[in-house]
Amino acid sequence: MQAPDSTPFVEMTGVTKHYAGVTALDGVDFVVHPGEAICLAGENGSGKSTLIKILSGVEQLSEGEIRIGGAPMTGLTPRDATAAGVLVIFQDFSLFPNLTVAENIAFANELSEGRKIFSRRHARAVARKVLDRIGVDIPLNARLETLPVAHKQLVAICRALACEARLIIMDEPTTALTGKEVTALLDIIRLLKEQGVAVIFVSHKLAEVLAVSERVVVLRNGKKVAEGDAAEFDAASLTHHMTGRDVAEASPGAFTGTGETLLSVEALQKEGSFRDISFSMQTGEVLGITGLLGSGRTSLAKALFGLVGPDSGRIVLDGTEVPLGDPIAAAAARIGYVPEDRLTEGLFLTQSILRNVAVGRLQEHERGGFLDMRGLVGEAADWLTRLKVKAPSITAPVQSLSGGNQQRVALARWMARAPRLLILNGPSVGVDVGSKADIHEIIRDLAQQGLGVIVISDDLPELLATCHRILVMKGGALTDEFAGGTITEDALSQKLAS
Amino acid sequence: MSGSGPRTEQTLTQAPEFRLAIIAVLVFVLMAVLSPDRFLSAQNMTSMAFQFPEFAILALAMTITMTTGGIDLSVVGVANLSAVIAATILTSLAGPEAAGAVAFLWLAVALGASLAVGAAAGFFNGVLVTRLGLPPILATLGSGLVFTGFAVAMTGGSAVMGFPDIVSVIGNATIWVIPVPLILFAILTLGLHILLTRTGFGLRVMMYGANPLAALYAAIDIDRILMRVYVIAGMFSAVAGMVIMSRANSAKADYGSSYLLLAVLIAVLGGVNPYGGYGRVVGVVLAVLSMQFLSSGLNMLQVSNFARELIWGGLLLLVMVINTTDWARLSARRKPAKTG
Amino acid sequence: MTNRWKELLARNETLVAVVIVLFCIVASISDPNFFTVTTLSDLLRASIVLGILAIGCMLVLISGGIDVSFTAVAVSAMYMTTKLSLTLWPEMPWPLIFACSIGFGALLGAINGVFIAIFGLPTLIVTLGTLSVFRGFLLTFVGSDRISALPPDMREFSRMMIARGTTEGGDFYALPWSLAALAGVILLTAFILHKTMLGRSIFALGGSVESARRLGIDVRRTQFFVYVYVGALAGLAGILHGSMGRMSDPFSLVGLELSVIAAVVLGGARLIGGYGTITGTLLGVALIVLVQNSLIVIGIPSTWQSVTIGALILLGTGLPAYQAKRAAARAG
Repeated sequence: MQAPDSTPFVEMTGVTKHYAGVTALDGVDFVVHPGEAICLAGENGSGKSTLIKILSGVEQLSEGEIRIGGAPMTGLTPRDATAAGVLVIFQDFSLFPNLTVAENIAFANELSEGRKIFSRRHARAVARKVLDRIGVDIPLNARLETLPVAHKQLVAICRALACEARLIIMDEPTTALTGKEVTALLDIIRLLKEQGVAVIFVSHKLAEVLAVSERVVVLRNGKKVAEGDAAEFDAASLTHHMTGRDVAEASPGAFTGTGETLLSVEALQKEGSFRDISFSMQTGEVLGITGLLGSGRTSLAKALFGLVGPDSGRIVLDGTEVPLGDPIAAAAARIGYVPEDRLTEGLFLTQSILRNVAVGRLQEHERGGFLDMRGLVGEAADWLTRLKVKAPSITAPVQSLSGGNQQRVALARWMARAPRLLILNGPSVGVDVGSKADIHEIIRDLAQQGLGVIVISDDLPELLATCHRILVMKGGALTDEFAGGTITEDALSQKLAS
Repeated sequence: MSGSGPRTEQTLTQAPEFRLAIIAVLVFVLMAVLSPDRFLSAQNMTSMAFQFPEFAILALAMTITMTTGGIDLSVVGVANLSAVIAATILTSLAGPEAAGAVAFLWLAVALGASLAVGAAAGFFNGVLVTRLGLPPILATLGSGLVFTGFAVAMTGGSAVMGFPDIVSVIGNATIWVIPVPLILFAILTLGLHILLTRTGFGLRVMMYGANPLAALYAAIDIDRILMRVYVIAGMFSAVAGMVIMSRANSAKADYGSSYLLLAVLIAVLGGVNPYGGYGRVVGVVLAVLSMQFLSSGLNMLQVSNFARELIWGGLLLLVMVINTTDWARLSARRKPAKTG
Repeated sequence: MTNRWKELLARNETLVAVVIVLFCIVASISDPNFFTVTTLSDLLRASIVLGILAIGCMLVLISGGIDVSFTAVAVSAMYMTTKLSLTLWPEMPWPLIFACSIGFGALLGAINGVFIAIFGLPTLIVTLGTLSVFRGFLLTFVGSDRISALPPDMREFSRMMIARGTTEGGDFYALPWSLAALAGVILLTAFILHKTMLGRSIFALGGSVESARRLGIDVRRTQFFVYVYVGALAGLAGILHGSMGRMSDPFSLVGLELSVIAAVVLGGARLIGGYGTITGTLLGVALIVLVQNSLIVIGIPSTWQSVTIGALILLGTGLPAYQAKRAAARAG
């Protein structure tokens, strides 16, 4: 399918980028036509964010050429890109929580017009005009921090439009949205395309946006590995191109059962997050919980580890009731939790690998208040070897490690505590392809050793490859249950979105 | 400890403590050269050893709160409040004529009371920070005013004096040739060093300072850690209060008002990261020594107290600029980025 | 409507206003002389210097920083200006004296700006350092004597009154022109904050530095402006303090910074940046001035002043912080 206008708006040819010896992008050609929507797919480290950074002027290319609107661009800066109509909506939206909707929308526009005097009326007029353009009504005087996530995203889109955007690049646009909100977003995208605005979706899960896209471009290891009509792709073929593997990892199949109940959750409830959650699992079982963002899956995961205090319900582990809303009690009951955001929640980046592992089991190494350093070092080193962490030294700061090794350090901390139940929230987010398979292997190993593992994720291939059973959450409730090997990725993704 | 944080990959010479050691030595040598017979005299050495412990102990209190990414702006308030309460016990219950075992007993009571006040004040700060969720700057700014305020209210703003003679032992006596305040400082320094590097508590403090959110997810009992940190800071402040009281032979609500800045300055100078997660007691000790050498030396060179303030502030800024500025980044910013 | 009420009640301004009203009610019951034009004009005069300093301090908090050096800037600007005028041109007209002090203030503020905006150092540490540098420099190199023989025009200014007189009830009152300076500062700051892109950028900076940078706001220039402006305001406050007190005292003002920050924080400005209103700040100043001057009237001995201010800070900032903590826990 050819775009309606055949003169390309953006033309990138032979774009190459080296970072300190690493080639992040290698001779990539990339073209965007007006009014066209493109899915730019690739796993972390594939080079897709580098491409976007170059296009938006944040990074400079090492070799190659960029033309925007037919004009060659050398030394592109963020301001040049904005002026040329290329705008990025970051995953965190880069908005100002303390300012009003109108100001957030109009700010960039006022700034680029070189205004010195700020007129509330003018800002409101600008904001009103763009909101009308996409047919959305958000109170202009509301403080941004009071808005729901979906509205914040709309404000970010409006801000781009207020700058007369001709190309909007959206970084992971659907991660924070519920199914209904995604539909509303897609309607707006269609509207923008009719108005001649091009859109690039940057994402690692594209099933949701395929419907409104003309073209798909897949990057892997800095090279373009696939490009074609969106109609030719489905979730499975995208995964195939992104990972470069022909066959998906095999499902462990349905759980055959050890017969010992490890965990039972009874009528767990928290207003506004999840309701009436009941399930149980056995030792040695890997249980997947999935759902879109806002479905309550993360709240539930946190509640199981006491980080969120449920209003009512019971959590029983090995026949003993675990106090609710107390992470220290949960840890004492031998529940472990590896959070989704490794960098801010999971690890102490500036601290050594040793400390990151050791902090999990300090109590056991305290002799009258003093730490038995030798024991601590020995044990941590042992776990790091068992989990195959590649590191120059045990005292190197964790931030010097790759994503996959960082995740192993986070796992090692909990493994050292010999947990009965390990909750992994997004275990392979931001991990390269090779490490991902390794982490899945670790999960399978853990289950074999008789642990219960709960994997919370929206990475469907990951769930299918690791879980004996998958629970689907929607609007705060458990809605479906599938035994491993009984459902395909497409079917599961339809269950999620419906 | 063997895994002492991010700096272990650096060579010794890159550590901020190394730079500090050089500064301390340089200042010492400079002062010794400028005023050899006076600066190097035994008398000067002793008087320096009597002078610095009081603010150095406050700096230790500041250090432990800063390693958690907090700050304690109430240290001087706590020191004065605990001193005023101890002084009130010593003057009204013991009286200046008390001697022998009676005086000793009352001194013990007064010291106990002052430590208890320090602990209670620290506990109060801890409650404000953990239970109310106040930022430490605000919590201790407010509580510092309250503590000072209580001291003012109790004394009407005037000094409390008239202690039994035994009180002067804390601040003015020597054991063999070593001044008692220096011994107190040495004990507290060693104690804090061991606490921060050899105990689980210390490791948890550092980890919390490095990333509070990750500490929560690692099931560290954050509230208890912070409580203990502020209680320790309060008790250290109380000890400093006792030294100040003994050396001044009186207690007053506004003694040592310049020590707050000095304590922050020493901690930062000592390489403690004000955002939390890094701080070593040895650095703080080196910073204390540099400050004292500088201060005494300037004193001998007849430089006014005010110039000392100027030099301290300047030193703080200089060290911050050297320690935290990424010079490569700065110069890169000035040049336009090259395109390839 | 109910929502709007709730919003209004949740604001710090409302809380502070209620406390002020209660204070005044109790005060006028216990002392009928309290609620007179004389007392009010006295309190108003006492608010001028504190008010100007507080507005500057608020600007810094909005931008996401904190400044504790502004009192040292104020006293340095005042004293250096007095010295300069006495040495070079004792008959210097007052507008020039004021301009000179504002200029000195801006210059010292620019020094803060260099460390904060260019070197990117933490604001608290920098201003703690410059507090002692400025004061140390002043007392060492400029002078440490109190000067009561001020330049004539400086004394003259303090006698210029917008209105003065005696009410029918026999209460004496006087409103000096320095009050107009406070009014001017309020108007100018309100204009900058709400009517210029620069002002909105200051708010934006406090809301999110990263977003501001991505949007193309010149973060360094904006920060630099903030510290220069605060310095200039401190210079103005300093010279007003000197002329109203009819003495140039290099030991005055320093030590007041915590009270000023207390006033601003009570008025609803947040340490994390992005929030703060002029109304709130002025209410905060009013409360602090009341406590400093009239505590005795409501039956609390003035020795309890410090406790009262500390308790007000803890309550005024602790309540919202506690509510926010609870709300966060509820949201999970």
